[in-house]
Amino acid sequence: MTDETLTVHNNTHTPLYRSFKIQMRVIGALLMREVLTRYGRHNIGFMWLFVEPMLFTLGVTALWSFAKMHHGSSMPIVAFAITGYSSVLLWRNMPSRCVGAVEPNLALMYHRNVKVIDVFAARILLEAAGATTSFIVLSTFFISIGWMRGPQDIIKILLGWFMTAWFGASLALLMGCLSERTEVVEKLWHPTSYLLFPLSGAAFMVDWLPPTFQKVVLCLPMVHGVEILREGYFGSQVHSHYNFTYMASVCLGLTVLALSQERYISKRVTPE
Amino acid sequence: MIQITDLVKRYHTRHGEVTVLDQVNFTVNPGEKIGIIGRNGSGKSTLIRLISGAEQPTSGTIRREMGVSWPLAFGGAFQGTLTGLDNLRFICRIYGATTEEKIPFVQEFSELGRYLKEPVKTYSSGMRSRLAFAISMAVEFDCFLIDEIIAVGDSRFHEKCRVELFEKRKDRAMIIVSHDPNFIKANCDKAAVLTAGRLHNFDRVEEALAYYQEHSATV
Repeated sequence: MTDETLTVHNNTHTPLYRSFKIQMRVIGALLMREVLTRYGRHNIGFMWLFVEPMLFTLGVTALWSFAKMHHGSSMPIVAFAITGYSSVLLWRNMPSRCVGAVEPNLALMYHRNVKVIDVFAARILLEAAGATTSFIVLSTFFISIGWMRGPQDIIKILLGWFMTAWFGASLALLMGCLSERTEVVEKLWHPTSYLLFPLSGAAFMVDWLPPTFQKVVLCLPMVHGVEILREGYFGSQVHSHYNFTYMASVCLGLTVLALSQERYISKRVTPE
Repeated sequence: MIQITDLVKRYHTRHGEVTVLDQVNFTVNPGEKIGIIGRNGSGKSTLIRLISGAEQPTSGTIRREMGVSWPLAFGGAFQGTLTGLDNLRFICRIYGATTEEKIPFVQEFSELGRYLKEPVKTYSSGMRSRLAFAISMAVEFDCFLIDEIIAVGDSRFHEKCRVELFEKRKDRAMIIVSHDPNFIKANCDKAAVLTAGRLHNFDRVEEALAYYQEHSATV
């Protein structure tokens, strides 16, 4: 044995720093593998990662423009659609990719350093990267051709985007783990995510709703994320309704629950 | 050294809890070759997976103080949709080894030539086992876990594997699982018999084989 890293990481008591290095290495390897298995090396290859969400967003933007989804408000429809639909892709794609993610990766878990959490982390990172790139490319494009005005408050946009990503990631980990415990989760996730879309704040501003309905809709954490994002984008042009503490508490709760479920299933996973 | 203490593994099944391994104890010293014999379904592969760390024990401890391989077997641990080369890259990345310097060896040993750039799912079973063995030898370990690995392949390839593993790496420790007494006799210094979830350790291979013969005759 000449390779010193191998000698050490096989020890039962691996120091924290080394564990972290190993985990980064494994997640990196899983990312590369995921990109290759999903997109291959044909045509535009890994660029599908953000071209696919871009096509979705463009299609939705076109449809909403024709349907005048902004309900006669003075809001510019392109910016409204792009901020809204990009956030939906951000929180929805991560759970969709994590549901049932363990089973096709079981063969890889023959390698001690490949853990359940790494498989989820790789998929979450990839989806977040895809949605984020799509959002940046599309808004830069539309701003440069003058169909969208520049953002008002970049920091607030980043905050809204980060909160939505945190919500998506914790939900993804939870759904991914629960789907490993019962198949019902996989069956229910698709209708649930579909039905949540119209309520998610992507296609409306909370301010446009009657007050009683506002209260109901604001129970959904992702509504707060897109409201923060739009306040950042449009500034005083819109009147946003959100509660940062509420959204952060929900995300924190989901994260803790998800990590506890991850612990449960990782003790029981059996490689193929 | 690998030290296994009071290892228990139970699985939940439809007909209740099944104890596959019950209070298993043994030690592997550097360079030692230990055979584990048991009939089909006796829990040999489960034991190998626990030692490798791919699965977690229900109770008991496994101390690994040397670099332990993944359970080497033909098949398993590969991605069919990836090419042979991408599988090699993945495994090298995971274990922190450099891929580029391993490619010539894998190419030469597996005799796959340009097929190394085709998806593994298009390989024949013989090609798969050649790739699997070549990749297994690309990363170095102090202790190799071998799960019936020599059972497949034609006699020429069989011989190549034997040289690579038992001659070039004769200084390494190995845990070899098999139901073939002759294979254990030819390659191991010590042996243990796994029956009904219990592991019976013997210092001499002959004693273990005698116990195994006797036991499998009566059951």
